[in-house]
Amino acid sequence: MAKKLPAKDVVLVGFGWTAAILGQELTDAGLDVLAIERGAWRDTSTDFAVTFAQDELRYMWRRALFEEPARETVTFRNAPNQEALPMRHLGSFLPATGVGGAGVHWNGQTWRFLPTDFVARSHNEQRYGPLPADMTVQDWGITYDELEPHYDRFEYLCGISGKAGNLKGQLQPGGNPFEGPRSRDYPNPPLDMVYGPTLFEAAAKATGHKPFPCPAANMSRAYTNPLGVEMGPCTYCGFCEKFGCGNNSKASPQTTVLPVLMRKDNFELRTECEVLRVNFDAAAKRATGVIYIDAQGEEFEQPAEMVIMCAYALHNPRLLLLSGIGMPYDPKTGQGAVGKNYAYQITSGVDVFFDDKILNPFVGAGALGVGIDDYNGDNFDHSGLGFIGGGYLACWDTNARPIEHHPTPEGTPKWGGAWKKAVAKNYLTTASISTHGAVMSHRNNYLDLDPTYRDIYGRPLMRMTFDFTDNEHKMSDYLTDRATDIAKAMNAREVHAKKRTGHYSIVPYQTTHNTGGAIMGADPKTSVVNKYLQSWDLHNLFVLGACAFPQNAGYNPTGTVAALAYHTAAAIKTQYLKNPGFLVQA
Amino acid sequence: MSAPNFNRREMLTAGVLVGSAAALDATDRAQARSISGDVPWQEGQANKPDIAKPGTYLFLTAAEAACLDAALSRLIPKDELGPGAKEAGVTFFLDRQLAGPYGEASHWYMQGPWKKGEPTQGYQSRMTPAELYRAAIKAIDAHSGDKYSGKTFSQLTAAQQDEILKGLEKGDIDLKTVDAKSFFTMFLQNTMEGFFSDPLYGGNRDMVGWKLIGFPGARYDYRPYVKKHGQKLALEPVGITGRPAWKPA
Ligand SMILES: Cc1cc2nc3c(=O)[nH]c(=O)nc-3n(C[C@H](O)[C@H](O)[C@H](O)COP(=O)(O)OP(=O)(O)OC[C@H]3O[C@@H](n4cnc5c(N)ncnc54)[C@H](O)[C@@H]3O)c2cc1C
Ligand code: SF4
Repeated sequence: MAKKLPAKDVVLVGFGWTAAILGQELTDAGLDVLAIERGAWRDTSTDFAVTFAQDELRYMWRRALFEEPARETVTFRNAPNQEALPMRHLGSFLPATGVGGAGVHWNGQTWRFLPTDFVARSHNEQRYGPLPADMTVQDWGITYDELEPHYDRFEYLCGISGKAGNLKGQLQPGGNPFEGPRSRDYPNPPLDMVYGPTLFEAAAKATGHKPFPCPAANMSRAYTNPLGVEMGPCTYCGFCEKFGCGNNSKASPQTTVLPVLMRKDNFELRTECEVLRVNFDAAAKRATGVIYIDAQGEEFEQPAEMVIMCAYALHNPRLLLLSGIGMPYDPKTGQGAVGKNYAYQITSGVDVFFDDKILNPFVGAGALGVGIDDYNGDNFDHSGLGFIGGGYLACWDTNARPIEHHPTPEGTPKWGGAWKKAVAKNYLTTASISTHGAVMSHRNNYLDLDPTYRDIYGRPLMRMTFDFTDNEHKMSDYLTDRATDIAKAMNAREVHAKKRTGHYSIVPYQTTHNTGGAIMGADPKTSVVNKYLQSWDLHNLFVLGACAFPQNAGYNPTGTVAALAYHTAAAIKTQYLKNPGFLVQA
Repeated sequence: MSAPNFNRREMLTAGVLVGSAAALDATDRAQARSISGDVPWQEGQANKPDIAKPGTYLFLTAAEAACLDAALSRLIPKDELGPGAKEAGVTFFLDRQLAGPYGEASHWYMQGPWKKGEPTQGYQSRMTPAELYRAAIKAIDAHSGDKYSGKTFSQLTAAQQDEILKGLEKGDIDLKTVDAKSFFTMFLQNTMEGFFSDPLYGGNRDMVGWKLIGFPGARYDYRPYVKKHGQKLALEPVGITGRPAWKPA
């Protein structure tokens, strides 16, 4: 029997980006908040200090900061008629474990989605006619305008470096002209640009595109955020994504919120405690708290007035399924919503090899680059193309850590003397353009519980059924071709396009942009949460993170994840606390 | 969690808990913690890397090391550009990796049932990296012996060795006890790791991997160089533990 503990006003499940935001906001409202995190405490000076943070083997390849598959993983298959097998070691995505979540080891590429992304179904159908029957794309039930103030709050919390392209409807030279209108400019100017991206910028302009510096959570100068937390300027160390920042220069929960939140009397954090499930009352109307297990193996019942799931996009749907909350999605009938519309990102790249241009690519930062949005969302006419959606193209210079990054031209063997010569020749003189494509939801892409494989506690692993569809491949090929056009205008010796072909594979790292599974919407039959990320089943349960995305857009998710989190916090503070109950009537 | 974290936890067990932070259940191994009222910080808690300890091989036998030395000399050969993987100490690096948590697959999901799976489903062998190396090296020497009148892999000519390595890479050679392609993929990846990782793990000796390509190593502040577009910076590489030139001879 689990030992019952004194009740709290709010329990946050997990303690990464979304939990830090909710913790800060709800303690401000005077609530007594407890965060329960399965991983350990970690902070800049002890865990990613400048004296040892720049260790590629340990952090990237030995996965020091990430989830351990030995404890929990997913099983995976491409299609419902295959047998799913466990992802035995990490590959395609790198979920976090530990305080700060993936906020510790993200890049900091901090985007807003386009206004039309939130109405993907109605907008595309209106412009191009009915979508294919198996494309289960939905509108979000929220608009860009509703989220704008919340995007703004996150950008100022983080000190995003960037250049506005659309200030209250006025286009701004040098910014992204396709972005939705923003109420004010970014809090910090763009980062200084290294050589490679400036060559892309010139070629993009010459080919009629509209390049801009990508928005970055790496500080272009010292910054004090609205909570009074100070960050130092980024030193372009090139050990950013997959690493913690030693300089307090990358926005993370540790560098933006925790110095304030951890000192509050009405906040408590329990680490190395894993939430096993959410409990609810006999009438199945309210969550009553959570059951968690600590590192010693003892189980506790933690009662709470409100439960907020902040355990990342993959773990929230699994906890819902394990707790028996909501109706699991069935791809055969299309009924049920928990696990529905799992989506991801489709990426590709074009390598650009120069002979004479020394790029020094090791001078880099997680979100340092120049991008174009000409082919994102519905920024271009899709008539006759056979797909919807798009993505940004960018020439990033995030790093040149040599185990991961040693580009060689097409046709080079993977080892031996010729390989060695090619690596030595091209390491300093190669740039790369990447494409960051949307993934539309599809009837057969979903999450459920695996019938065979178990986690360390003996509970079913989550089963992921996912593949890229025709829409993704056509779209990604189109983006790669456009990137190749620009690459050719960079006057390089050689250009090598690397299209994403074939089935989705769990093996190579692509992105940690897992979305869907607990999607938001306007209808409880086709969504798990309403626009406030409030469960349609239990009114005091909120489910945060990218699991709320009905499909994925052509951007990194966290700007939108955080904007939704602020939107939820505002709704709890201004509406829910006054009158606890469903904020939207089903 | 890695070994360094474990040390940290032992410290916590010893009762050196931070200020207002208290153990949730301080009875036996105080791992779970309750933290409130402050940002916990304490001296001596740096979560530092595990340095490869010098000395003789801990995992590899002499015969296995000979096989790896030979194969590494083909994967990244010594040539006019400089030392290769063998000279960089990659065999020693592999030994330390295989003797440690990586070799044991201690972070991997290693529960059955075991199925072959599709390539998109990734590694599905029940062997840990240490087991896979042990079995594969044995099978490669056996294959060499069958083909070249009893010779081990390391006794073959460079051209013969290359032919076998290519066969493993393509999966054309049947090693019987292990999947040749899985082994080769892992071996090549580990070779890159040993050649290009920080020297503290025992490979990349004298930073030869970094010198080959011009990577300055474990530096942390490139602000003066951001705008030096197109300029060769000629920054001597430096490792986490420093660089040989910093130490008195
Ligand atoms: C390498 C990498 C690069 C990335 N780069 C970018 C980028 O450039 N731009 C961008 O927009 N996004 C990026 N992301 C994604 C970004 O990090 C996530 O979107 C963001 O962190 C999600 O916030 P979250 O609160 O949902 O989850 P997280 O921040 O991951 O936090 C979830 C926390 O919950 C804990 N948890 C899980 N299950 C339980 C349980 N049962 N009990 C207790 N605790 C639990 C986890 O340990 C974790 O600490 C990147 C991610 C990675 C891994
Ligand atoms: S690149 Fe900048 S923000 Fe990223 S880890 Fe290095 S110093 Fe920090």
